[in-house]
Amino acid sequence: MKIVVCINHVPDTETRVTIAQDGKTIDKTKVNYILNPYDEFAIEECLRLKEKFGGNVIAISLGGDAHKETLRKALAMGVDRAILLRDDSTRDSFAVAKALAEAIKDLAPDIIFFGKQSIDYDDAQVGTLVAEMLALPSVSVVVKLEITDGKATAQREIEGGHEIVEVSLPAVFTAQKGLNEPRYPSLRGIMAAKSKPIEERPALSVSSKVEVLAMRKPPAKSPGRIVGADASAVPELVRLLHEEAKVV
Amino acid sequence: MKILAFVEQREGKFRKSAFEVSRTARNLADQLGGDSVGVVVGSAVEAIGEELGGFGIERVLAVDDPRLRQYSSTAYARIVEAIARREEAEILLAAASAMGKDLMPRVAVKLDAGVAMDCTSLRVENGEVIATRPVYAGKALVDVRINSRVKVFTLRPNVFTAGVNNGKRARVENVAVELGDSDFGSRVKELHRASGRPDVTEAQIIVSGGRGLKGPENFHLIEELADVLGAAVGASRAVVDAGWRPHDEQVGQTGKTVSPTLYIACGISGAVQHLAGMSSSRYIVAINKDKEAPIFQVADYGIVGDVFEILPALTKELKNLLGKE
Ligand SMILES: Cc1cc2nc3c(=O)[nH]c(=O)nc-3n(C[C@H](O)[C@H](O)[C@H](O)COP(=O)(O)OP(=O)(O)OC[C@H]3O[C@@H](n4cnc5c(N)ncnc54)[C@H](O)[C@@H]3O)c2cc1C
Ligand SMILES: Nc1ncnc2c1ncn2[C@@H]1O[C@H](COP(=O)(O)O)[C@@H](O)[C@H]1O
Repeated sequence: MKIVVCINHVPDTETRVTIAQDGKTIDKTKVNYILNPYDEFAIEECLRLKEKFGGNVIAISLGGDAHKETLRKALAMGVDRAILLRDDSTRDSFAVAKALAEAIKDLAPDIIFFGKQSIDYDDAQVGTLVAEMLALPSVSVVVKLEITDGKATAQREIEGGHEIVEVSLPAVFTAQKGLNEPRYPSLRGIMAAKSKPIEERPALSVSSKVEVLAMRKPPAKSPGRIVGADASAVPELVRLLHEEAKVV
Repeated sequence: MKILAFVEQREGKFRKSAFEVSRTARNLADQLGGDSVGVVVGSAVEAIGEELGGFGIERVLAVDDPRLRQYSSTAYARIVEAIARREEAEILLAAASAMGKDLMPRVAVKLDAGVAMDCTSLRVENGEVIATRPVYAGKALVDVRINSRVKVFTLRPNVFTAGVNNGKRARVENVAVELGDSDFGSRVKELHRASGRPDVTEAQIIVSGGRGLKGPENFHLIEELADVLGAAVGASRAVVDAGWRPHDEQVGQTGKTVSPTLYIACGISGAVQHLAGMSSSRYIVAINKDKEAPIFQVADYGIVGDVFEILPALTKELKNLLGKE
């Protein structure tokens, strides 16, 4: 089974965002970057599929040099090959997807995995864009996946429930938390990853459709009022919710 | 200029977001000097379409086919594409719901359109739509413009106002879109509904519990309060990872981003990843025994106290107020 997993390199969830000079991006100094958390679930699922069905897993990341760090982590977890689609500019999800789709097409995989969303731009669209660009079926926000005889049955999370979706392979999936428990790279894996090559090629150049005009911080919430220190404060809290906030 | 509103229904019922999307389409049409058209897809949906009239949509196109009873991203995308082309729509709106997020990227590729996902506001400036969307889990906001001819915006549920239903009826036209078996590449086989409580992304009120609850056996305190309020139950990641609560209740940067009118955080410290998912709630109440807990930084009202004491009292007080039992 040929498996591709697309992974992104994003600011750590602890990041305190400040806006850069250009007024359109975040100030990247002092920001710690990590493998996008949802992509960890994607990698884990791909490794489990490989362990079950054989084959190999190729990780692809589009971005600058820094993305190599994330590709190394994928190698350390156990993927077989890592490809950097080099692009030092910023582009929108459509342009990311187009370049990924182009690179994936040549690899002719049976399964293509994504995270459900990058935690930087929270776009949640690259996986499904790629599926449509490659004219493949897809299931997004997957929390359970079973594969038998070239068919996949995926459970996907929706508001207040689940959908069971059936697709035939090749197909695209996007991983949601809950799909699995990602493994930690073993020491041996980490050592081995250091000597594995990261293949590098230029990303297809594509122009973006969505333009960021400005970035700003949301209006700061000022700390409110401490109503009390025990159950005797409850009637006052309820009065405030009812009469002042008018939310109950 | 035509604005197409994809309005979501499941099992013959509109979701609340359908009305939010309808009203927003109407408002945009008014500002841009255009028309808004609703699109509803499913099986036996023609009859429900007229209700959208109450939310500003005069004309609704219904695509009715028994094969569309359950959602199919590939077939639904074909339909929305076909209608967008026929109507020469330049702006497409949908909810940033599980369905909308899954469907609209496909539609966008077919129409060579850019997508602004999960918008929290749309405004018209010099005849152009500028969308605001949260990024970094709400730690920042961006204003974006879509430069392709066709533009797709998905709207975060619970943020745009649906307004009051004025009781008008929309004109519903049944339209046919040719679909072959190959259009059903992705197809929902079954739908499973969870508990009777609303989902955190759709709820007006959320009662959320964290590690301060001490164990899964104490979450009945959260559930009882939620049920009095008709609220959803939310959770911090700590309690989800501990297996006390299901994944779909997790609020935060790696869970759901929520914007209810009221969020009650009980025994939750307010880690930056948790705040990211809920700080856009209109009102926040925090109950925590540690007065230094960061959750109080964002709370409108706080009680520094023990959840085991406060929660039953709060449930009782609200029961009295709301006249339940
Ligand atoms: C990559 C990453 C992603 C993450 N994503 C998320 C996410 O999406 N959502 C999320 O929530 N977290 C997320 N986290 C975890 C986050 O950092 C915190 O660990 C988590 O939110 C803490 O949960 P908690 O508030 O329930 O527990 P704690 O931080 O342990 O807080 C418990 C609180 O309960 C209070 N308390 C204790 N007993 C009582 C009592 N009897 N009465 C009243 N109060 C009491 C305590 O004072 C304390 O403030 C993420 C972390 C990482 C690294
Ligand atoms: N630059 C990138 N390189 C590789 N994969 C990416 C990139 N950006 C996004 N992805 C993948 O697409 C998923 C969804 O991202 P997004 O649509 O940006 O929220 C991520 O979880 C990754 O799997």
